Amino acid sequence: MVSRPHGGRLVDRVARGGSRRRLLAEAGEMPRLSIGDGLAADVANIAHGVYSPLEGFMVQEDYQSVLHDMRLSSDLPWTIPVVLDASPEELAGVREGDEVALYHRGRPLAVLRVEEIYGWDRREYALNVYKTLDPGHPGVARLSRRKELFVGGPLLLIEEPSEPFEEVRLWPKETRVLFEARGWRTIAAFQTRNVPHLGHEYVQKAALTFTDGLFINPLVGWKKPGDYRDEVIVEAYQALIGSYYPRDSVVFSVLRMEMRYAGPREAIHHAIVRKNFGATHFIVGRDHAGVGSYYGPYEAWELFREFPDLGITPLFVHEAFYCRKCGQMVNEKICPHSDEYRVRISGTMLRRMIKRGERPPEYMMRPEVAEVILKHPSPFIEEG
Amino acid sequence: MSEKIPVHISRELYEKAKKFIEEQGGFQSVEELVEFLLQEALLAEEAGPAEMSREDEEKVKERLRALGYI
Ligand SMILES: [Zn+2]
Repeated sequence: MVSRPHGGRLVDRVARGGSRRRLLAEAGEMPRLSIGDGLAADVANIAHGVYSPLEGFMVQEDYQSVLHDMRLSSDLPWTIPVVLDASPEELAGVREGDEVALYHRGRPLAVLRVEEIYGWDRREYALNVYKTLDPGHPGVARLSRRKELFVGGPLLLIEEPSEPFEEVRLWPKETRVLFEARGWRTIAAFQTRNVPHLGHEYVQKAALTFTDGLFINPLVGWKKPGDYRDEVIVEAYQALIGSYYPRDSVVFSVLRMEMRYAGPREAIHHAIVRKNFGATHFIVGRDHAGVGSYYGPYEAWELFREFPDLGITPLFVHEAFYCRKCGQMVNEKICPHSDEYRVRISGTMLRRMIKRGERPPEYMMRPEVAEVILKHPSPFIEEG
Repeated sequence: MSEKIPVHISRELYEKAKKFIEEQGGFQSVEELVEFLLQEALLAEEAGPAEMSREDEEKVKERLRALGYI
């Protein structure tokens, strides 16, 4: 059976029919908040149940509870704040109880009923979520640009934000129907923000050996400079799956959601989100959602142990490497040989080779995948 | 939301609401409570139903077929 949504019910905050027409007509008269791409993605994710049980942006009680207890005020596990920031100027004249229109790229996207407007503390946020105040941390750096106030309250989506990857974008209600249609009872979800190398393939196939299906769900949207561009990730996976995966045992779709680089906390968040898509298992690798050396390589695994009530089973998979003595891809747990036989696949090394236009060796990356990346004029996100 | 108009409710219900606020707190007046509850009810109405209908499921399957997922 596919997983029950987090909190028991898949949230649906998409306005339809008459109420959508009414809200669209009234949105022009409401106080207006302009939001960027990341928040627009959050709005759509809330409306389509990706963040179930959230029906809107967090009010203070939930926000504080998430910061300090890693749970919503209802006690349900939740580790990453989902908050809407605005400046006092933008909120001039807006009172609790009012409806405000959220505009994205000049178009009305959603209507939010303001339940609460509250101040927040950057240090408190950063120390709890990121465990650091270092502005070199990409999540902390972005936090410094967020505005002084948070606006909490339920929302209704009135217009779908445009999605360049529409043809490979599925919402939870769609993946749930799809998994059922395929007759899958156990589904392992794989989160990624990278192009696949043989280590990833090994980990995914190790999970798929014991589950009915594999759900590969890369994030598209803002990532830090140096990460792969969205279209490169999508095309690389399509090339890999087309040549090396049984078509009926894998579902590939993208999720528009920004990386926070919050390591262990974000790993839990990634798992909850995939539970809402219907996954029963979630693959957690080394340094999940980490960046630099802010988090220990297996710190995320430890954190999962604090959530026996998560409702999705983590699969802890050790980093894969090629062992010349074993003659295959293995991991720490199953290979007894010393480092002299082990060939590690480093993402950093691959990046360097690709930047120089070199083709990575086949024990690191499938030639079809390398082809896609190398033919792209600029596979990496650039500074600025 | 600035302009207010009067609405009539039964005295009995009004007294009950008043008592509720006195005991539970959280609201300054019956008016505030009524406005809050109405908002909640209307928002819940406007959002889609919790369970997917047969028709919705067919629509989803249609899209999945069109995209080559099934
Ligand atoms: Zn070995």
